[in-house]
Amino acid sequence: MSNDLIKTIFGRLTLDSFPIHEPILVGTFAVVALGGLTLLGALTYFKLWGYLWKEWFTSVDHKKIGIMYIVLALVMLLRGFADAIMMRLQQALAFNGSEGYLNAHHYDQVFTAHGVIMIFFVAMPFVTGLMNYVVPLQIGARDVSFPFLNNFSFWMTVAGALTVMASLFVGEFARTGWLAMAPLSGLDYSPDVGVDYYIWALQIAGVGTLLSGVNLIATIVKMRAPGMSLMKLPIFTWSALVTNVLIVAAFPVLTAVLAMLSLDRYVGTNFFTNTGGGNPMMYVNMIWIWGHPEVYILILPAFGVFSEVVSTFSGKRLFGYTSMVYALIVICILSYLVWLHHFFTMGSGASVNSFFGITTMIISIPTGAKIFNWLFTMYRGRIRYELPMMWSVAFMLTFVIGGMTGVMLAVPPADFQFHNSLFLVAHFHNVIIGGVLFGMFAGVNYWWPKAFGFKLDRKWGVVSFWCWVVGFWVAFTPLYVLGFMGVTRRMRVFEDPSLRIWFVIAGIGAAIIAAGIGAMLMQFYVSIRDREKLRDITGDPWNGRTLEWATSSPPPAYNFAFTPVIHDLDAWYDMKSHKVARPTDGFRAIHMPKNTWAGVVLAGLSMVCGLAMIWYIWWLAALSFLALLATAIIHTFNYDRDFHIPVEDVIASEDARTRALQTAGV
Amino acid sequence: MTHTPSGAEAPVYYDLDEHPHPPGGSTMLGFWLYLMSDCLIFAMLFAAYGVYGGSFAGGPGPRELFELPLVAVNTTMLLLSSITYGFAMIATDEKRQSAVLGWLGVTALFGLAFLSIELYEFSNLIHEGAGPQRSAFLSAFFTLVGTHGLHVTFGLIWLAVLVVQVKRRGLISDNVRRLQCLSMFWHFLDVVWIGVFTFVYLLGVLR
Repeated sequence: MSNDLIKTIFGRLTLDSFPIHEPILVGTFAVVALGGLTLLGALTYFKLWGYLWKEWFTSVDHKKIGIMYIVLALVMLLRGFADAIMMRLQQALAFNGSEGYLNAHHYDQVFTAHGVIMIFFVAMPFVTGLMNYVVPLQIGARDVSFPFLNNFSFWMTVAGALTVMASLFVGEFARTGWLAMAPLSGLDYSPDVGVDYYIWALQIAGVGTLLSGVNLIATIVKMRAPGMSLMKLPIFTWSALVTNVLIVAAFPVLTAVLAMLSLDRYVGTNFFTNTGGGNPMMYVNMIWIWGHPEVYILILPAFGVFSEVVSTFSGKRLFGYTSMVYALIVICILSYLVWLHHFFTMGSGASVNSFFGITTMIISIPTGAKIFNWLFTMYRGRIRYELPMMWSVAFMLTFVIGGMTGVMLAVPPADFQFHNSLFLVAHFHNVIIGGVLFGMFAGVNYWWPKAFGFKLDRKWGVVSFWCWVVGFWVAFTPLYVLGFMGVTRRMRVFEDPSLRIWFVIAGIGAAIIAAGIGAMLMQFYVSIRDREKLRDITGDPWNGRTLEWATSSPPPAYNFAFTPVIHDLDAWYDMKSHKVARPTDGFRAIHMPKNTWAGVVLAGLSMVCGLAMIWYIWWLAALSFLALLATAIIHTFNYDRDFHIPVEDVIASEDARTRALQTAGV
Repeated sequence: MTHTPSGAEAPVYYDLDEHPHPPGGSTMLGFWLYLMSDCLIFAMLFAAYGVYGGSFAGGPGPRELFELPLVAVNTTMLLLSSITYGFAMIATDEKRQSAVLGWLGVTALFGLAFLSIELYEFSNLIHEGAGPQRSAFLSAFFTLVGTHGLHVTFGLIWLAVLVVQVKRRGLISDNVRRLQCLSMFWHFLDVVWIGVFTFVYLLGVLR
């Protein structure tokens, strides 16, 4: 075959694109391939494909989609954490003339992939998964507003994650840092496929994120149970509402700026180039106009979890509910007025920097109000230190420090010192691990019994908790110290041997966190093994306050046989205190959406299209795009999208619950 | 077993009647939210044009490039298409299927005319050496106007699909809802174009 023909067929994909010269990657590939084959083999052997396809992949049930999001987040957490361990090891080794074990080409990909994966494919799916699972239950709805879109959104997120994973073994990932700043990410300085992997992974996943944002807003606005006025909305749902407003108002900005970057790379336009009138600082501005709200997209749902957890385990109504809601809204608005604090050093001048410094500091007021509200909720409460509550207290202690270092960074003159240093790295890990991750872990421990009908094992949970909390501080306190010494981020080798001890300590911290992750996996395993012992029949294992605890665990597909009517904030607590009996007869058939194949197929085609664009395989890109369009159109010709759960099925499952409750004597 | 606590005016805690919830009750709100997110994409492109509007890099500027009469004709095409889509929606309300299809057809013709004129303008510019690669100004111009054109293209594909669906199943509620969504989309593109016409073309020639 002639060279031209091969180029037409394969684009810039050649045998050299496979990194067989990198022993670490070959080893990883061997492990992943073996693990993957074992998994696929096991699924085939146990004939689980049909089950997975029918019950999970094509499901439009918000509960199953929520669980799948969280599984995705946990899997990607392992990948992102592997990157973290590699960086810690490299930085602990590369002293006294040693180059460490990662070359620059590889190391730069590792820190980029770590950031991208942790934000987009761990934190985001975690947050979206929890919101998906909990919100419809909390508002007494049977599903979200657009169940098919929900399934599609999930699979688009998966397609994005798979695209990033593909870069590990075919070609390379971006070497630009997690925001791919121009002009470094332009074609002149990053001619290889790395940045294209970055762009397409984020664009594909971004579609999913945006649509799930639209979906959840519509759900919360339109599908609340009768009587649930906005100020009777459970606080987690409020945080979800504000978060999704942020998503819908922020993600299009990312889409636009990445589209302009891809035009620079594919068409040769001059948006962010050094020449032709382009301006790289436009990229920095625009990406942070998305990037700062994104920070709050991650943390607000965690705030929501803590509010629910603290109130439940203190046995009290949340202190200052109204101020909590207003704090959320104020944070939502302010989060759009602070983006420039990420680049005070750009040289916008004293006035502009002062404005953004002050708006940034103002955000600490509503955030501080929230912290005080949680503390006042605990004050004179009957506190139970169950696992979710432990995570919440650890969060409050950790996050306050992270918040304060954030205010330090918000002072423009000080920021000129801290900018791009390890102090910054320590700060954002302090708030993202101590805030978002702890919040998600609190949420998983809190809602797991709702999702699966049994509690998580306490012993392993406690081990995991202490490893994470201690490990976090051991890993990141040294980075604060190093940052004060002026060490910049993303360094691969170091000259000054006196710094080494701090990197070694940080490495030990990372190892302790690894133990925490291991203990968490062990916690899941032990809990599933001992599920009969940990079983909860009541559906309300924590003496909860909101509606999700009113139904069985796991809830039936239709969530509530009868729509609850709301009279008070903490609706379920209100029902319990009025000793409202659960209706046991008069059931009716329930109208529900049907499962659909379209989400998986559309997301799969998007991924093929993205990969073809990355590798310049134009014919495949065109073909898969046309297929995408055709599939979407064919899907619209299907008008038969819903069905009724027969009344016998409803009676059967509700009667089973009645009997279980009677047997348990509740 | 009682479903309500005892008392004279016992509040109801469960709605024992099943109320029919027709599918698509949230569609209009959801579609609005989508449109607003799309509006933000345009906002970023407008912002980019605002910043790069004078970055000619030694190349031609709006005054040399834009032919206002042509753009005026083009604008007229799009505005007319919005009016005819409005007629299609009136016909939808009156359940006159053939009138709906007719007005949709007219809308599509105006839309196609708009696109053809835009493509003609683009090809002229590129032939003059004023393609999107020439300067940041032209990059921003082509991206903003091109993104709008791309939206119109997808609107036309959507319109064609809807014509087939209305022909096949008539004005059933699902189809009416879809027509309403496309209506919002179409008028939205009109509003964006008014921004483009004013901000890019008129102000560009003035500046």
